[in-house]
Amino acid sequence: MAKTSLDRKFDQIKKREEEKSFSIKKRSRIVSKFLNNRLAVVGLIIFTIIILASLFAPLLSPYDPMRVDLRSMRQAPSFDHWFGTDSTGRDVFTRVLFGGRVSIFIGLGSAILSAVVGIAVGCYAGYKGGWIDVIALRVSEIFMSFPQIILVLLLVSITGQSLFNLMAIFILTGWGGMYRLARARMLSLREEEYVQALRSFGLSTFTICYKHMLPNALSPIMVNITLSTAMFILTEAGLSFLGLGVPLNIPTWGNILNVAQDILILQNYWWMWGPVGIVISVFVLCVNFIGDGLRDSTDPSQQG
Amino acid sequence: MMKKEILKLRDVKVYFPVKAGVFNRTVGHVMAVDGVDLDIYRGEVLGLAGESGCGKTTLGKAILRLVEPTNGEVTYVSKEDDETELTSLEKKDMDPFRKKLQIVFQDPHSSLNPSFTIFGSLQDPLKKFGVNSKEERRKIIGDLLEAVNMRREYMDRYPHEFSGGQRQRIGIVRALCLDPELIVCDEAVSALDVSIQAQVLQLLMQLKKDNNLTYLFITHDLSVTEYLCDRIAVMYLGRIVELCDSEDLYKNTLHPYSEALISAIPVADLDKKTKRIVLEGDVPSPVNPPKGCPFHPRCPKAKDICKTEVPTLKKYSTNGNEHYASCHLIDLPEIS
Repeated sequence: MAKTSLDRKFDQIKKREEEKSFSIKKRSRIVSKFLNNRLAVVGLIIFTIIILASLFAPLLSPYDPMRVDLRSMRQAPSFDHWFGTDSTGRDVFTRVLFGGRVSIFIGLGSAILSAVVGIAVGCYAGYKGGWIDVIALRVSEIFMSFPQIILVLLLVSITGQSLFNLMAIFILTGWGGMYRLARARMLSLREEEYVQALRSFGLSTFTICYKHMLPNALSPIMVNITLSTAMFILTEAGLSFLGLGVPLNIPTWGNILNVAQDILILQNYWWMWGPVGIVISVFVLCVNFIGDGLRDSTDPSQQG
Repeated sequence: MMKKEILKLRDVKVYFPVKAGVFNRTVGHVMAVDGVDLDIYRGEVLGLAGESGCGKTTLGKAILRLVEPTNGEVTYVSKEDDETELTSLEKKDMDPFRKKLQIVFQDPHSSLNPSFTIFGSLQDPLKKFGVNSKEERRKIIGDLLEAVNMRREYMDRYPHEFSGGQRQRIGIVRALCLDPELIVCDEAVSALDVSIQAQVLQLLMQLKKDNNLTYLFITHDLSVTEYLCDRIAVMYLGRIVELCDSEDLYKNTLHPYSEALISAIPVADLDKKTKRIVLEGDVPSPVNPPKGCPFHPRCPKAKDICKTEVPTLKKYSTNGNEHYASCHLIDLPEIS
């Protein structure tokens, strides 16, 4: 029988397979699904650029973010000062870069730390159940039902403004959500038969819930971490704008925005609050896109 | 040869509390397993049959203490005739017996951890029981994979790369990896295709021969038990209603419930007309089982005595074999 072109093609594939030159690229389905999501990829790129720019701020800008230069007060954007200067002559572009360090550190740091606390408690309590779970649930409800801003006011008035205070408050009020997420996943996972099988071997609770079950509960938590990063950055900006967040001498995105409280500045000097506002919005938007992309790509029920 | 027990169950009860109201008060109990006496002999295949919700899975899990029995004794008899009562042991003292008793689960899709390779999820139990070198662990799992007709390399693959039948065989590998003596097969084949079912059953029988295993074979499918089991126990509403050699169950059925179950097995013979006994209604709620014989509301033969007196499991003899049944209406002489 004559060989059709299809046969020949098949022979070629077979030959390549035998030579083992047929490298089956094993890119995980999650990664390829994420990369197919354009918005998420754009978000990831801008996110990375902003983070790298903040990290390498001293290389990108010749100015010192704290140095007051009264000779160049309130200058409009120019080649020397890309985003202009503020009321004390500090370069706004430099301050945005350095401010990004603190703001992103607070946002990402609080989100990750509160996730660590929430996961640690949630996994154990969700798997074990019983009184541990009841207590953890009530405690988390108490923390979640307390208005964040009052906690901030309370702590600021007692110990003064500091970066540490802010993060502590974010973690205290933020772990409850993560805990509930982790707990809910554990509650459904613990009925799975592979968990029963591990129990039938008498493996320790610790091994079962943190090593074997946690990886399966992680995807919604990852998404939540990105989303709460955005939320914490916004909250920090809001609190700093009110003068309750990070001490004013440390540049953060919120502290830079703080000057917009002055109606004069708001009306006449747009470069002092405009660019930083845009950077915050763009960064938060990017983080949200990444979160959406992660959610879609880690959800096994969404195909394509 | 004398039959030797491997496991003795005495009056095993598993009650789940039913909670209600604001204060989570216990308002009743689901009597999932309500007083089961059962001996499992070394080397046999004991079938445990019954419809859904009758407590057969719970009983299987209670043996392994995956569910804590509320009451009763589960005694393990070792090869050297040492008896150990399992339910009163501390959790950590259970370990040596966890090795001897294993379970194969029903659902092949949830019985393997999706985020680990086969080797990754099977190696922890081996580690725990003292197989310290990685090569040795790989060898044990590889050998077992070959024993269930799979390729050694499969241990580095993820569960989603396997079909249902393959996953079930991996489940069997997991149960076998510590060289157990008794395996509880909890509906081990009912989630599979019929052709795959036969394959897996044959494999189970082969493994039993090779490794001197004992099976407690939990199933709702009496046509499977007939082919496999040496003895069959029929459960209804948390109790054993009939227990006998598998041949006797089909030829000399004593309990009306078993009769109804057997009549439901399809027969591949056009000329043979079977009289199908259709049971009316549902299984009564195990929260408040009916008074008297738990089966009387559905029993086609129920008499007045059935409504008031609870029948006990009595010993009879059919075909010269022991035959236990709990029914008031059996007219065979009771053997003590």
